[in-house]
Amino acid sequence: MKAVSLEFRHVQRRYADLVAVRDLSFEVPAGNICVLVGPSGCGKTTSLKMVNRLIEPTGGQILVDGRDIMAQDPIELRRGIGYVIQQVGLLPHLTVGDNVAIVPRLLGWAAPRIKSRVEELLALVGLDPATYRDRFPSQLSGGERQRVGVARALAADPPLMLMDEPFGAVDPIVRERLQNELLRLQEQLAKTIVFVTHDIDEAIKMGDLVAVMDVGGVLAQFGPPREILANPASDFVGRFVGADRGLKRLSLSRVGDLDLQPPTDGFKPRPGQPLVGRRATLKDTLSQMLDADVSAAVVVDRNQKVLGIVTYDQIAAALHDGSTGSR
Amino acid sequence: MLDFGWMADHIDELAYRTIQHIWLAGIAVGIGFLISFALAVLAVRRRATYGPILAVSDILYTIPSLALFAALVSVTGITLLTVEIPLTMYTLVIFVRNIAAGFDNIPADVLEAANGLGFTGRQRLWRVEVPLAVPLIVAGLRLATVSTLALVTVTSILGDSFGGLGFFILEGYHRSFPTELYFGAVPSILLALAADLLLARLERRLTPWSRETVVADPTTLVRTSEI
Repeated sequence: MKAVSLEFRHVQRRYADLVAVRDLSFEVPAGNICVLVGPSGCGKTTSLKMVNRLIEPTGGQILVDGRDIMAQDPIELRRGIGYVIQQVGLLPHLTVGDNVAIVPRLLGWAAPRIKSRVEELLALVGLDPATYRDRFPSQLSGGERQRVGVARALAADPPLMLMDEPFGAVDPIVRERLQNELLRLQEQLAKTIVFVTHDIDEAIKMGDLVAVMDVGGVLAQFGPPREILANPASDFVGRFVGADRGLKRLSLSRVGDLDLQPPTDGFKPRPGQPLVGRRATLKDTLSQMLDADVSAAVVVDRNQKVLGIVTYDQIAAALHDGSTGSR
Repeated sequence: MLDFGWMADHIDELAYRTIQHIWLAGIAVGIGFLISFALAVLAVRRRATYGPILAVSDILYTIPSLALFAALVSVTGITLLTVEIPLTMYTLVIFVRNIAAGFDNIPADVLEAANGLGFTGRQRLWRVEVPLAVPLIVAGLRLATVSTLALVTVTSILGDSFGGLGFFILEGYHRSFPTELYFGAVPSILLALAADLLLARLERRLTPWSRETVVADPTTLVRTSEI
């Protein structure tokens, strides 16, 4: 299903003695990943849960595809929005296949269609259907559970996905793999995704747009990651993104984005000179140069064929002319 | 010593009393379960009712059974109702606590995911909460069944029409005839054991997903030793 836009208009959520979200407005164009990031108590999860009405806003409007969610039946609304949470919440009494089939069943799909959709989705998230379909959640690793959680959220092909710290409970290696897989999936699926995290690095990596939130649901800054890193709107945002925001910006660009100096005829890398691929980030490349105490790295392809040279000056220039961060 | 000749002569009556025993216990367990299920759902859904519901089922349980049967005779006479009201009442304390604990033990993330996926309240109850509460519900069913099967013998004080296997126990006692006493007591123990095993097997069949045993919170559950 085609992705949809999402808009928050002066959304607020008050409790008797607490304001969780004061006045939140932003707009996510269809097909973008918008990351809500901020310290605990900033109302990011509350904001997310208002989109599928697990928490009802006490003021303002939330529009999905231009339609006010409060005018829609909450059950129908939720079935049309993918939902992934940190603890996954797989139903322990159902097999992997039946967990993935939950929303299609609620929507009354025919059995053969559900069966083929389950197989398609398990394959999509990298789980062999024949191996995993009949397992129970207790028989899976944390990473496998989270993949099933993503497959389940995608089951009815929702145009909008809500992900609440989806990779917060897995170890760093698995987390990075899941992040990369989600980005790869997103290239294919182009869903509108709202993604909550407290980790600024994850926000920068995953977001087309990042909403930095401060305590009380105040939107401190909203924009593409490179803009937030280059021009923090306030001291709070500056502190939150960290003193290493320059380096973080370098992690947004890859060697392949730069104009590489072509190698001269017969060029051979000197021993000890770092070799990097086109997909290497500028941050990793710089780190390797510093490590080897040289001012240039050699860019090679899969077969170690030399494609060009990237220099320290090029990396520094990329940081200053603001051209980094294209994705 | 036991009089095996007498036993052989009374096999037909043993069969009749066994069936009566199962029947009297079955009614109480069945009705008690339905009432308790409704009360437990109410207690879990409307948290304010949780305390009072448990308190009332606790208080009912403290009434001595003999006194209750005797008192009821003046209201409902010597009828099935007089037998079943106390039997049913005593199952409530076990069922309500176990069923409510079963619902309470469901991890919050599972319920949140179920809501987010778009289950209606009723679908969530029947397709998520009840299946996940099965281990504790069946634990309650086992306790209630065993305790009710034991209590049925006491109903023999209401006359020959009731009592199940308790009829032999009471009559054996009155006649100082141990054979008859054992003729009632041993089968009634075996009946309780058999029911317990059968229900344990039922639980395993209903919960293929649960590989670990459920660790029940001892403060919220009534154990067999207390009954």
